[in-house]
Amino acid sequence: MTRESMSGAREASFLTRPKGAAPQDEGISPEAKKDFILRSPAQQGVTKDAPQEPCAEKAATRTGAEILLDALEEQGVEVIFGYPGGAVLPIYDALYKRDTIRHIMVRHEQGAAHAAEGYARSTGKVGVLLVTSGPGATNAVTGLTDALLDSIPLVCITGQVARPLIGTDAFQECDTVGITRSCTKHNYLVASAHTLATVVHEAFHLARNGRPGPIVIDIPKDVQFEKALYTARADARKRNCVVTPPVDRAKIEQAVDLMRRARRPILYTGGGVINAGPKASEALRALTAETNFPLTSTLMGLGAYPASGANWLGMLGMHGSLEANSAMHDCDLMIAIGSRFDDRITGRLDAFSPQSRKIHVDIDPSSINKNVRVDIGVVGDAGAVTEALLAEWRRRNAAAPHDAARLDAWWKQIGRWRSRKSFAYRNSDRAIKPQYAIERLYALTRGRDVFVTTEVGQHQMWAAQHFHFNEPNRWMTSGGLGTMGYGLPAALGAQAAHPDALVIDIAGDASVQMTMQEMSTAAQHKLPVKVFILNNAYLGMVRQWQELLHGGRYSHSYSDSLPDFVKLAEAYGCVGLRAETPAELDDRIAEMIAVKRPVLFDCVVTREENVFPMIPSGAAHNEMLFANHVVTGGETDERGRVLV
Amino acid sequence: MSATERAGSVYPVTRDEGAAAEAILAVIVDNEPGALARVVGLISARGYNIESLTVAETDALKHTSRITIVTRGTPAKIEQIKAQLGRIVPVRRVLDVTKEAECIKRELALVKVVNGGDQRLESMRLADIFRARVVDTTHASFVFEVTGAREKINTFIDLMTPLGLKEVSRTGLLSIRRGMETD
Repeated sequence: MTRESMSGAREASFLTRPKGAAPQDEGISPEAKKDFILRSPAQQGVTKDAPQEPCAEKAATRTGAEILLDALEEQGVEVIFGYPGGAVLPIYDALYKRDTIRHIMVRHEQGAAHAAEGYARSTGKVGVLLVTSGPGATNAVTGLTDALLDSIPLVCITGQVARPLIGTDAFQECDTVGITRSCTKHNYLVASAHTLATVVHEAFHLARNGRPGPIVIDIPKDVQFEKALYTARADARKRNCVVTPPVDRAKIEQAVDLMRRARRPILYTGGGVINAGPKASEALRALTAETNFPLTSTLMGLGAYPASGANWLGMLGMHGSLEANSAMHDCDLMIAIGSRFDDRITGRLDAFSPQSRKIHVDIDPSSINKNVRVDIGVVGDAGAVTEALLAEWRRRNAAAPHDAARLDAWWKQIGRWRSRKSFAYRNSDRAIKPQYAIERLYALTRGRDVFVTTEVGQHQMWAAQHFHFNEPNRWMTSGGLGTMGYGLPAALGAQAAHPDALVIDIAGDASVQMTMQEMSTAAQHKLPVKVFILNNAYLGMVRQWQELLHGGRYSHSYSDSLPDFVKLAEAYGCVGLRAETPAELDDRIAEMIAVKRPVLFDCVVTREENVFPMIPSGAAHNEMLFANHVVTGGETDERGRVLV
Repeated sequence: MSATERAGSVYPVTRDEGAAAEAILAVIVDNEPGALARVVGLISARGYNIESLTVAETDALKHTSRITIVTRGTPAKIEQIKAQLGRIVPVRRVLDVTKEAECIKRELALVKVVNGGDQRLESMRLADIFRARVVDTTHASFVFEVTGAREKINTFIDLMTPLGLKEVSRTGLLSIRRGMETD
């Protein structure tokens, strides 16, 4: 998304499709899949000996490396995050000769994958990374797995040793397709340059359609040199493996029946709504407004419904709000849209929302009835199904208006839970409380175009609780895999897509050191990300669990010998700032925002703060711990300890 | 609490899943490198057990193979396996053969016996009853080829055991619909 599309009314800006975004390929009906016949290479016109149509200007034979870049260009790729190496040198050579694709050289391939994720999540487009064979590919595995769990569309191009060397334990050889088989949606080992363009087009189709995910294309070095003809996107084989069935009318009618009868309904939405694009968020807002149902969201779904909205209950789950978790527990109708009943959400399954009927909308049929048995499972795009629910709701209301008073008692009860103010904490005027730091960061960045990424741990939860999102695609965090080190490279990706936006990585002192080397990338590529480190000199979340679960025996969770983050920033050619008291915090944050260079902000916070509220492992939604909780050491029993 | 202990998990599923039963799944896949590895890898990675597996290309024109998997699980688990298999890109269709009543199921076994005298005659007689063919013989051995339902083959092998059974090689299960309808 460019600056122009951001500059208008904020509400309007998220509704417009990002500029230059590739159009989504249309879903394919199950019938089409059934009848689909794989065209042979000869029919596709890509066989070496087959006569070629010389109509396109690209009809001349080109090297595999050039074909790859042509295909990426045709797919609308603007930025590649990568790291060169022996097995991708022909691709880098081809890249050298053209300036249509920006290449951002990272300092570690994990960083390339997370940066591509940040790019993808902040734009809704497919993120692309380019790494070499062997260690390049294995280093990218963490990022690929992260993208798989969070359903982020990525295309990862890996170099491979030349075809005759495959299987000989050659230098920098690894079984990339074998290693990445279980951490990608699909992967390819490209057999020849003749099929390369087709593979690239199919990979983008797979990455962005259905439930999005990462795709690996492993290209042997001799294929990169091999000459072949380019296959245009329109001519490429597109396997009909991504089947999005039409919305089931009967199920929509049943769902609206339940919705009209409900007395204690709740909408429980997730990252699927974000992935379904701005229209899905728009439909969700309309549905929430017209039904007046309360709404909660997973960590991944923050921003789809505005945090300032009247029906917002806050995030749910292990560190979610009392009102969200209690409403989930006591509801009589749960409408899950694009969320997958993750264990951090459900807690103990046998005590999960015992009295409710459940409707589950998901694009992935395998998500339905996986963890929690539901009454109505609707397979489909979150946006399309939400729109269908809204249309049916309106149609039924036109015939017989919905009795809004049915929800009065429910909203009164929610009001009582809200008044408990479960995110409250005891502030201090001497030391900076981490929650206070996030609150100030939020307050001082209002009126700006802000993107937030996080690492993983306590700071991540505080950011989710105290930094509020009113638009989708503004919040990027590693939800499924919980990857420490995600935030800094993801911020680089978001900044590359939005050069003029304020991109902040809310970080912890431990997490940020996992990918700290990417500060060098930020400096080289002039990506002015702000790394806001909540420094408590602990592996905070580990320490919290050791306090609550393991008798306060802080086994190896204390970071001795932390670097001086201010000096470290300067060593990288960036800006270092430090705040140690609440009094100086606002000025330092203002300074951070004003600087047009990458910043490491060392925010020294109280050391032993815990994230509350908390549902201890193995407990139910109505068994929460709060900020005034006195630790007894008996919070979690033997069973719960297994879960950590 | 009791449900927890039964399930041996801290996140127990309390719904009645029904008893574990055998399930036969026929998976039609694009015949391409790695397709079998994806199917088998998915099943083993999720902790399900494969009891038998048969795979070969069945349609040269469409480049599709049919993988027949015999596994065990509760109905909910089988549904989950089917949904997961359906997500694999080269998988075209997943057919639940167990649910098709009108269905022929066959296995094939090659059974080697080494024997002589009465045992040799007896094994010939039994082979005749089971419509097993002799596909190789020496003065002291036979190799029988027997096809049929799994129970039939199991029984044949049991009967051959005291008659000098030396070695068994057998396929997994194959299935096809009866009548004019196709999968």
